[in-house]
Amino acid sequence: MADDVLLRLSGVHTHIGRYHILHGVDLAVRAGRLTMLLGRNGAGKTTTLRTIMGLWRASAGTIAFAGQPITARATPGIARLGIAYVPETMGIFGQLTVRENLLLASGPAGLDPARLARVFAVFPVLKQKFQQAAGTLSGGQKQMVAIARAIIEDRRLIIVDEPTKGLAPAVIGQLIEAFQALKHTSTTILMVEQNFHMASALGDDVAVMDDGRVVHTGTMRDLAADEALQARLLGLSLASHQ
Amino acid sequence: MSRDWPALAIVPAIALLALPLMPFPTWVALTAAGAAMGMMLFLMASGLTLIFGLMDVLNFAHGAFITLGAYVAVSVLGWLAGWAGADSLALNLAALAVAVAAAALASGAAGVVFERAIIRRVHGKHLQQILITVGGMIVAEQLILAAWGAQPLQVAKPALLRGSLILAGAAVEKFRLVAVALGLLVFAAMHLVLNRTRIGLLVRAGVENREMVEALGYRIRRLFVGVFVAGTALAGIGGVMWAVYQETVTAAIGADMTILVFIVVIIGGLGSVGGCFAGAALVGLTANYVGFLEPRLALGSNIALMVLVLLWRPRGLLPLVRS
Ligand SMILES: Nc1ncnc2c1ncn2[C@@H]1O[C@H](COP(=O)(O)OP(=O)(O)OP(=O)(O)O)[C@@H](O)[C@H]1O
Ligand SMILES: [Mg+2]
Repeated sequence: MADDVLLRLSGVHTHIGRYHILHGVDLAVRAGRLTMLLGRNGAGKTTTLRTIMGLWRASAGTIAFAGQPITARATPGIARLGIAYVPETMGIFGQLTVRENLLLASGPAGLDPARLARVFAVFPVLKQKFQQAAGTLSGGQKQMVAIARAIIEDRRLIIVDEPTKGLAPAVIGQLIEAFQALKHTSTTILMVEQNFHMASALGDDVAVMDDGRVVHTGTMRDLAADEALQARLLGLSLASHQ
Repeated sequence: MSRDWPALAIVPAIALLALPLMPFPTWVALTAAGAAMGMMLFLMASGLTLIFGLMDVLNFAHGAFITLGAYVAVSVLGWLAGWAGADSLALNLAALAVAVAAAALASGAAGVVFERAIIRRVHGKHLQQILITVGGMIVAEQLILAAWGAQPLQVAKPALLRGSLILAGAAVEKFRLVAVALGLLVFAAMHLVLNRTRIGLLVRAGVENREMVEALGYRIRRLFVGVFVAGTALAGIGGVMWAVYQETVTAAIGADMTILVFIVVIIGGLGSVGGCFAGAALVGLTANYVGFLEPRLALGSNIALMVLVLLWRPRGLLPLVRS
């Protein structure tokens, strides 16, 4: 099983300023699967994703991607390995049009029409808004742009931080469909998600964080079936998200 | 965008407001003078605003690149006195163009050195940036004094760019028209680059969200060095135009302009090229109208203008939206 691990964090510590946030995170993301990273608010999920992307520097431990250490790499170098990142804040360029946002996420060859058609198939509304400034879109549409940037090229790993945050149920349904379509292409995905409906619909593997550590790993199916385990690991917040 | 139009309409509005306050020929002459001053300020300020927008770098030594451009203009127009003095518009403009190109090269090259030696060491530390760039400004002035001497230098306008044209009964200095044309040209070129090229899109994206540009695989440091050097080259071009316009150059020419340049950047909205353009026009026009209507207020009018604009729009005319 070790062979099919695409991304591995071993004993990762992260400090933000003088705060010690991650206390030895161990995490394995298996190739071709969707790993759900769960945990209470403030558990360190976003910090873990940012540390993988090199946006925070790990103060100890190693991060390996496809067997190569990337702990010391700068963010652009990490992205160029084929890792796309959809941050919690979406990171949309609001002054730029939807087209320009996607163009910057594409390789040097520019926007590929076939890829673009696939993005429009998943998010038809982006076709109408293509030439519009991304800052004028609704929250759900912005999230679609953020995800579209991640899938406009073939990526080896897509990292997504709470894509449903603040979105209406109808949009969440669309996002679930989009990720389900993406899973059919065997893209490896690491996702943080608080919405348990979304998490259980999409997750293959699961890792639960608490207080800067991974405290549970297993399959999503097992966690979804075990309410006592959910309550212990995630507290009541999980059930109320149904 | 719709919310932008009042900020841009303020420029013609000020011009119209001044119209009933003075005779028409005076208004034409002052408007041309204000537009010329505005466009020269835009050349000097546009780089500064982008440098701040992209990397939060406050460069108080920006004026040194204006000064360098001004002195390069003196030297180049001195060597090309034959062209500059010839009775041929083409040769006159060629002399000016060579001076502009040489100043852009010199200031840009100095920008490369300054970025490597100083700016890159103080990223993210505003207090250190202020101290070290103010210090850099002083050192640069001393170097320029050592190279060109302490006495003010004279520089003549190219022959056919001297004097005035009569437009609508008003005398409009020819060189002002050249300055306006160059300013508009540079603005149009910047607009094209920022909106139509991938590098330009990256600059605009980087001003909004640096981290995300990096997370898409682009090295923002490289982009910043490019913008910094382009900004210092533009400052040098502004210095050429200002020197030739004034016909006198001292080592303080850049420092003298720095306050106005910062006022322009603040009025426009830090990081915004469009705002910088509108802010520069506004400062140029106001300075000229007020200088005519009430000379005693001329000195304070730019500060007053800045305060009024900030009361109306606390983040400047066309503030950037940062995510
Ligand atoms: N920039 C920062 N400076 C200081 N502390 C921070 C910073 N960012 C995060 N933290 C702290 O680190 C801890 C983990 O935060 P993180 O954002 O990783 O949690 P999370 O699991 O993503 O939470 P949420 O579910 O609310 O998004 C929290 O206690 C938070 O207060
Ligand atoms: Mg988070």
